[in-house]
Amino acid sequence: MAGILEFTLNGRRRGDAVPDNLLLLDYLREVVGLTGTKTGCDGGECGACTVLVDDEPRLSCLTLAAAMAGRRVDTVEGLGRDGRLSAVQRGFHEKLGAQCGYCTPGFVMASAGLLRRNPRPSEDEIKEALGSNICRCTGYVKIIEAVKYAAELAAQGAAP
Amino acid sequence: MNDIAPVHSIGGYVPMVDGPEKVAGRAKYTADLIRPDLLAGRIFRSPYAHAEILEVDVTAAARLPGVKAIVTGADCDKTFGVLPIARCEHPLARDKVRYRGEPVAAVAAVDDATARKAVELIRMKVHELPAYYTAAAALAPAAVALHARRPGNIERDVLFELGSVEDGFAAADLVREATYNCAEVCQNQMEMHAALAEYDAERERITVHASTQVPYYVHLMLAQILDLDMSRIRVIKPHVGGGFGCRTEALNVELITALLARKAGGSVRTVITREETFITHRGRPETDIRLKIGLSRDGRITAVECECDQRGGAHSGYGVVTILYSGSMLYAIYDLHNVKYIGRRVLTNTPPCGAFRGHGTVDVRFAFESLLDQMARELGLDPFAVRRANLLAAPTFTDNDLMVNSYGLPQCLDWVETASGWRARKGSLARGKGLGMACSHYISGASKPVNWTGEPHATVKLKLDFDGSIVLLTGAADIGQGSSTILVQTVAEVLGLDLSRIRIVTGDSDVVPKDNGSYSSRVTFMVGNAAIAAAQNLKSLLVAAAARKLDADPGDVECLGEVYRAGAQDKGLSFQEVVTAALAEAGTITVTGNYSTIPESHGGKKYRGAAIGGTMGYSYSAQVVEVSVDEDTGVVSVDKVWVAHDCGKALNRLTVEGQVQGSVWMGMGQAMSEEAAYHDGLLVTANMLDYRVPTIFDSPPIEVGIVESDDPHGPFGAKEAGEGSLAAFLPALTNAIADAIGVRFNDLPVTPDRVFAALGKRRRATLDGGD
Repeated sequence: MAGILEFTLNGRRRGDAVPDNLLLLDYLREVVGLTGTKTGCDGGECGACTVLVDDEPRLSCLTLAAAMAGRRVDTVEGLGRDGRLSAVQRGFHEKLGAQCGYCTPGFVMASAGLLRRNPRPSEDEIKEALGSNICRCTGYVKIIEAVKYAAELAAQGAAP
Repeated sequence: MNDIAPVHSIGGYVPMVDGPEKVAGRAKYTADLIRPDLLAGRIFRSPYAHAEILEVDVTAAARLPGVKAIVTGADCDKTFGVLPIARCEHPLARDKVRYRGEPVAAVAAVDDATARKAVELIRMKVHELPAYYTAAAALAPAAVALHARRPGNIERDVLFELGSVEDGFAAADLVREATYNCAEVCQNQMEMHAALAEYDAERERITVHASTQVPYYVHLMLAQILDLDMSRIRVIKPHVGGGFGCRTEALNVELITALLARKAGGSVRTVITREETFITHRGRPETDIRLKIGLSRDGRITAVECECDQRGGAHSGYGVVTILYSGSMLYAIYDLHNVKYIGRRVLTNTPPCGAFRGHGTVDVRFAFESLLDQMARELGLDPFAVRRANLLAAPTFTDNDLMVNSYGLPQCLDWVETASGWRARKGSLARGKGLGMACSHYISGASKPVNWTGEPHATVKLKLDFDGSIVLLTGAADIGQGSSTILVQTVAEVLGLDLSRIRIVTGDSDVVPKDNGSYSSRVTFMVGNAAIAAAQNLKSLLVAAAARKLDADPGDVECLGEVYRAGAQDKGLSFQEVVTAALAEAGTITVTGNYSTIPESHGGKKYRGAAIGGTMGYSYSAQVVEVSVDEDTGVVSVDKVWVAHDCGKALNRLTVEGQVQGSVWMGMGQAMSEEAAYHDGLLVTANMLDYRVPTIFDSPPIEVGIVESDDPHGPFGAKEAGEGSLAAFLPALTNAIADAIGVRFNDLPVTPDRVFAALGKRRRATLDGGD
């Protein structure tokens, strides 16, 4: 069975015919072509596919696309403003929170979600927000630095 | 004019040149290459661990609408393998299957659901054989050979004795022997393996995109498997989501995808699952070690005897090299004489192991630094003092002929001792807390390439055109370690230009020069030196052009990056003017830079395989780990790590820190939680929950001290930074646990249940003793 999905993706209204059993992850990647959201595991283990649904981090591999009707979905491609990196993206770039980059979109979105609800997170709050995302390159040290730096940038007015 | 100066690009904190696309989600990895015409590839894998194949029946699968091609072992009788001496693996099993999960057949279909359905319709008939899941079982006298060419299931045995261990142990004041077991571990890089093959039937050409560390090996193996001239093959490496060694050899995924594409006459994309990525494996083998060390009263090592068995899995892979590294790299960190090594690489019915970060050195280093710590305690010596009593006098050659020039281990020891407050804090921490230390080292590129062709070890091209931009062309694969950034920095530094003038193109065999690949931490050292040579060649051309234009002697022309001038009074020429002058002579400029290692670095001939371990420069690492052990639950927390790494010269402090932290942390995973476990040959930890990678909660602050020993051959003095710090974490952790609770763990990983059991055993022993 399929239905029409109408929702807001990265600030744009959009409508697609979507099979009822299509995962949001596969919809974003294979139907829309936004491949920034990554598949890193066989389901719910790694956090690489994290997107924001109404500003809340969510694993798109455990979410049906059809359930997004009327919701607001943001992916890593939607964060920048006027072609420039967002505060979180700048943090991950400048502080080397990203090495191979594959887990990065998931970490960036989980961090953006954190800063939207808590602009000045403590280190423990950062760890809690990123606790279900796996990175295999960094040891997380510079990821924590990246999020702290992003919070500073956001405090200076940059979009998270 | 006087404030004009060349821009310096090395030595600072430089974010990666390909960082913006990664954080913005624009970086394309192989699985991201999605087009409407692609067929989906899926692999049928053996449910048997060891069996003769009687029949592979694909008739039902072939009848399924939407299936475009099926390949089995019958479609390809060629073999592949990373080592020219051991190319004996079929991309799809023929005659025999040797591990559960070995590819047997593959399907290309119009979509993934159809391909999966078709795979479920494939049947195989077999005659099952006895299967061996441990090295000991495979070595049993009556064991059936996995490979006819390897009766006894030994892929390679190594035996050498340099000096006399008998004399060495006789001269010792304390001799101790212990056994160690390190569980098998997997790279588990975040990107699952993927390949996209496009077959051009009209021209009989194929283009393969692969998630690889060595596009060149993929190219070679595609030619072999497809029986196709190399000139008809193009290999593209898109962004790669980590590798840590499992992608330093061509994998069955890309070879099978190419076979499918040719048979389907089209384009096939195969993205395997996380479970299949685990099974494709090429991780670090389970290793059993028996180690015996002799120490004098003042801490000098008088003799070392090491016996090492590796459960290598079902195919040879890198196995011969791994078992040799485990022996040769006993050397080149301390001043050792009287060393005996007995290594056995065993073939078993488990997925093939490979070259995991710190290749071959990690488990032996764990044993060595553990036993040294235990013996230092017994002699009442400080563990730092024992290391200092055994330092090399560099420059030197080791007994196994390894060339050691720069040697920053003493400075590494000093740094971690001070930073951790070792002297004041050791022995005075609260109950359940402890400090441990250890050292490790690694090579900066294997001095002899795997495929010895006589070519330079590394080649870099620079293209300079009318627009004044420089394009750096290299086959070196950036897999996240930052090699592209380092190469751009080195070229910019030589030319005194800002990084923004330089662009890098990599990973397309149509465009870039061949490279031996991203393995053994060779890229910064070898390709970095080639990049410097290329930039110097370009600079010479520019200086000559400026001299002609300025009517000056080239020896008098000063390159200030954006300005070339003859003497401080000269107003000089802008870079763009120099470029225009240079192009007027010869049109678009391309220059080449080459690099080759020197023969002195090639290791010796004292035993078969003694070249393994030879490198132009060794990195060194010392670590202090602080732990808290909860004696009620057995949970060990790492509170802090101090690590000093001698990378010769930090070309980029940001990426050096990132590499060192990542290495330490990966060592922590192996030491504390990661283990590939099997049930009747079935990998039962093939997901990221059961294969327990440390989360952000488990991960400590890691403070990095950079030691710069200025290697005489390194690019600007640099050596490797991405592997050498992994191994020291393992023994530093168990040494810290021993300090905290007085219990020594010789088996890895040190999981809470093991700690809990050991504490319970000790409690019972204390009670019994009290009776």
